Amino acid sequence: MIEKKIISKRFDKIDPYSIADYIATGGYKPLIKAMTGERIDILSEVEKSRLRGRGGAGFPVAIKMMALAKEAASVKYIVCNADEGEPGNFKDRAIMEKDPHSILEGMIITAYATRATKGYIYIRCEYDKSIEIMRHAVDEARKNHFLGLKIDKIDFDFDIEIRLGAGSYVCGEEFALLESIEGKTGRTRVKPPFPTSVGLFGKPTEINNVETFANIPVIVDMGGDEFAKIGTKSSTGTKLLSLSGNVNNKGVYEIPFGIPIKTVIDELGGGVPDSRALKMVQLGGACGPIIPRYLLDMIIDFDRFDEFESKTGSGAIIVMDDRWDIFDILLRNVDFFKHESCGKCAPCREGHNQLARLLRKFTDRKATVKDLISIESLARVMHQTSLCGLGQTSPTSIISTLRYFREDYIDRLESLEV
Amino acid sequence: MMVNLKINNIDVTVPENTTILDAAKANNIAIPTLCYYPDLRINSDCRICSVEIVGKKGLSTSCSTLVTEGMQVKTHTPRVINARKTITELLLANHDADCTACAKNMNCELQKLANVLGIDENRFARVLEVRPIDDHNPSLIRNSNRCIKCGRCIDVCRNIQGVNVLEAMNRGHDILISPPFGKYLSDEFCTFCGQCSSVCPVGAIIEKDETATVWNALHDPQKHVIVQVAPAIRVSLGEELGQKPGTIVTGKLVAALKLLGFTKVFDTDFTADLTIIEEGSELIKRITTGGVLPMTTSCCPGWINFAETYYPEILDHISSCKSPQQMFGALAKTYYAQKENIDPASIFVVSIMPCTAKKYEAKRSEMGSTENNLDVDVVLTTREAGKMLRQMGVEFENLSEMEFDKPFGTTTGAAAIFGTTGGVMEAALRTVYEIVNKKPLAVLDFVEVRGMKGIKEASVDLGGKTVKVAVAHTLANAKIIAEQIKNHESPYAFIEVMCCPGGCIGGGGQPYGTISKTRTDRLASLYAVDVAMPLRKSHENPDINKLYSDFLGSPLAKLSHELLHTKYQPKRRH
Amino acid sequence: MTLDLMLQKYPASSEYLIEALRDYQTAKIDHCVTEMEIVKIAKYFNVTESKVCSVVSFYSFLSEKPKGKYVIRICRDVPCFVNKSESILKTLETRLGIKPGETTTDGLFSLEFTGCLGQCDHAPAIRINEKTYVDLTPDKVKAILSEYREEKS
Repeated sequence: MIEKKIISKRFDKIDPYSIADYIATGGYKPLIKAMTGERIDILSEVEKSRLRGRGGAGFPVAIKMMALAKEAASVKYIVCNADEGEPGNFKDRAIMEKDPHSILEGMIITAYATRATKGYIYIRCEYDKSIEIMRHAVDEARKNHFLGLKIDKIDFDFDIEIRLGAGSYVCGEEFALLESIEGKTGRTRVKPPFPTSVGLFGKPTEINNVETFANIPVIVDMGGDEFAKIGTKSSTGTKLLSLSGNVNNKGVYEIPFGIPIKTVIDELGGGVPDSRALKMVQLGGACGPIIPRYLLDMIIDFDRFDEFESKTGSGAIIVMDDRWDIFDILLRNVDFFKHESCGKCAPCREGHNQLARLLRKFTDRKATVKDLISIESLARVMHQTSLCGLGQTSPTSIISTLRYFREDYIDRLESLEV
Repeated sequence: MMVNLKINNIDVTVPENTTILDAAKANNIAIPTLCYYPDLRINSDCRICSVEIVGKKGLSTSCSTLVTEGMQVKTHTPRVINARKTITELLLANHDADCTACAKNMNCELQKLANVLGIDENRFARVLEVRPIDDHNPSLIRNSNRCIKCGRCIDVCRNIQGVNVLEAMNRGHDILISPPFGKYLSDEFCTFCGQCSSVCPVGAIIEKDETATVWNALHDPQKHVIVQVAPAIRVSLGEELGQKPGTIVTGKLVAALKLLGFTKVFDTDFTADLTIIEEGSELIKRITTGGVLPMTTSCCPGWINFAETYYPEILDHISSCKSPQQMFGALAKTYYAQKENIDPASIFVVSIMPCTAKKYEAKRSEMGSTENNLDVDVVLTTREAGKMLRQMGVEFENLSEMEFDKPFGTTTGAAAIFGTTGGVMEAALRTVYEIVNKKPLAVLDFVEVRGMKGIKEASVDLGGKTVKVAVAHTLANAKIIAEQIKNHESPYAFIEVMCCPGGCIGGGGQPYGTISKTRTDRLASLYAVDVAMPLRKSHENPDINKLYSDFLGSPLAKLSHELLHTKYQPKRRH
Repeated sequence: MTLDLMLQKYPASSEYLIEALRDYQTAKIDHCVTEMEIVKIAKYFNVTESKVCSVVSFYSFLSEKPKGKYVIRICRDVPCFVNKSESILKTLETRLGIKPGETTTDGLFSLEFTGCLGQCDHAPAIRINEKTYVDLTPDKVKAILSEYREEKS
């Protein structure tokens, strides 16, 4: 078995509505250990673990945590980004629906380590079941004195409020998310300052992904050094994968970093249905690269994904068989981003519309060499100049296919004349 | 602390907290910008000012990135140039770029940018979805088809003016800068201050051009066409015509307007002096008879519109005096008509104002002193006046100076400073102090009420009582004043309110590119005009006194009341 | 629930604007907020009407335009697309006689596209009001629509 169930160890084994089940399986022990027991240095354990953010970009968690801990403000926030909207991702939903307290515990430990005063969980409103379970979990945790005043009888107050989205992908971007919690349109802010210095309501704020928080109790429990032994040098621990597309066993799987993509598709996914051939795989979601079969030996690893300059590390693997035309796939991606762009910065606002028009020329076999040059130039400019992650990463599927499937583009040109 | 960095391989040292944009500028490189505007918030939306920072992936916007020690910046690499061109092409593809048929032709920042970048073709398809134009008000025209969503108008409307009529509706490519519910400006709570038109980089928000009406009038033999010139124009028209900000052009502008064909060129400063007499008398009356206090000034039409819409409960607090523009119009069609024996119906009054709200004010139905005849026929902004002079081919700098015509030509320094924040207050205090205390002021300058501070306060001794006064400019500050009045918490007896930053010198109709620096230059010039005047107190203006003795009688008397005072109406939208 | 009652659920702080709008629209049969309601909401939260309009027009689940009693949102992002979401779209279009962005003349159904619903392991997926349907086939969609139609009669 290539799976290693650390984050998902309670999945389908406990009742997500039962805090007793969670506690009975070792839940909230790390919290007690961190706060009252051995009084371990949480920050240094997280630093030793070399945990990287699980939202996709893979930013070292300890850096954010230490930055927040250093801030002297009397009000500091912890925000859990549960606005999982990237097409092809559903692993955060799995954690929320199957082990909600692990997220809360991670948030409380983080708050304790950074002296944050309040937490928010921002969940997309489409996730009804997640919302229901998380709300229930927060209530239960409060009743059991894991949240609220004087948590576990020590001098530490922390509570969590759940906030819901209203249908906007870009609110998964950290500043857009904060704006949305503040009741505004989800349009990002200029960086710097970063959220750890000026975040929610202008206060220092640490934002992490659901899965990232779920890793914190694990690290406290096993120790940072032990945790860092799992996975690869650059990417420690395990990763929840969202496996979808044309694959027999779609679903959420947990593996240690370092496993080749191909192994995941074949062994966990059971390969491509109907004896079809695998044509391509999109990694990370709509904002990720589309890679051909011959690259599937690539291991799942943040550093390995660096070259794509995208949020490839979220763990989405979308498998596509040989029935699909890359331009149809690219159009689906670009239409998605066109619909979800906030419209604030010019390259993203205007660019997606033009990318979609250029792609349609390729699906209609009416593209010229000039169009090919234009689409390549535009995709790169959007990647380099957009204000937030949306526009910076949305052209990745085009940039990657221009590299790995260039012949498909050439094939669609009306003529080769310049 | 100083920071050392390299810009295009050249060593540069600038103070810390300097942006790359400013650091480059200080070293003689102007990185192109589009959404950036010195007085407004940096939102770095257009991404045009992107540069390369060695060691950083992607490009960084120079307007929002601060320099750091050892930073290496490249401002014009092929990658950067291509990015700027690409973004500009994207904007042009979604823009009504019929440049020669646009009021902003040659004044358009997008057009200039395209020119600087050397754009000679657009690789992208035109994707403009034509939307209706909003020209349903007397002041402003909003043409969304020219909008490039830079966000300047939203910023100025929301954060400087605190009105927030304009917002970004929808998202992504469908974004539309608009009043709520897709309505017209006239339907909603716009004050017509025109600050949006002043900062718009393109032709998406412009004043309603009325130059053609004026040309027609000037060449209509049936019409006696006269013009009045607001205080702030003498320190901004020169700038509109290419001179340095703050250049004082009083005499030349009289000559230029004569060249255009105006029969008489009058000075609104005259009715500014008159305003001081009427408003000062009203203030004294309110103080001595237990009238409604505090009293606020009423010369600013943006403030009037704001109060009528947002603070109908405080309308009693606003002086009933018409603005100097409207006092002038009323006198032109009565006193002047009688004096010169001209049929009021044939008198055509043009105003040159730094303001777009003045266009709205002139069209208010109560502003007619004679039958079916508005007192002011056309209001031109500083920019429109400049346009007419350019159309005429007037060689402004070569003109010999001329004097304003009588009977509305003799004015005081007190009137000149009406054009700046604090000016009306200072002018009023010079007069009210001397009338109430029955002794001359030792020093005429009330420095506490001068300058660019948002809300200024001062105390004056009036008849043995200390009276607190305040001066506010911008509507965001006016809002603070209005809230105090509404909540009966205002500590003041008299308040000057001007809607635009800096007062009229920063009006919405002033030359494009108005920033803090230009406002301060114009402000300094107005005070220079004041100091240079032989008379500096309104009540010492001999022609005002003559006007009362020959025509009006006395301040606040029946005829003054009829011609020079007005009423305000609450505007209820729902 | 009347608007006043709904508003009382929330502190009069603008951070609850989105929550309140979404709650209210979910409960309303036409899933929209009218001009008069926006005026009221803006007053309650002490924000400008422009701001409320910009928020309403920004979020997909908020609307100033009336919608059908049942709003059907279909995902056509890649994981659904390669699991034949287009056949689901076609079935919906034919059965309802409308295109995405439209509402049936009886006011019962609106059809819209939505961003990924996070049900990629059970693609293709649609959402009808607050309920998500997964592992769809054209036949399943027909059956679901019939259920909703019956519920009405």
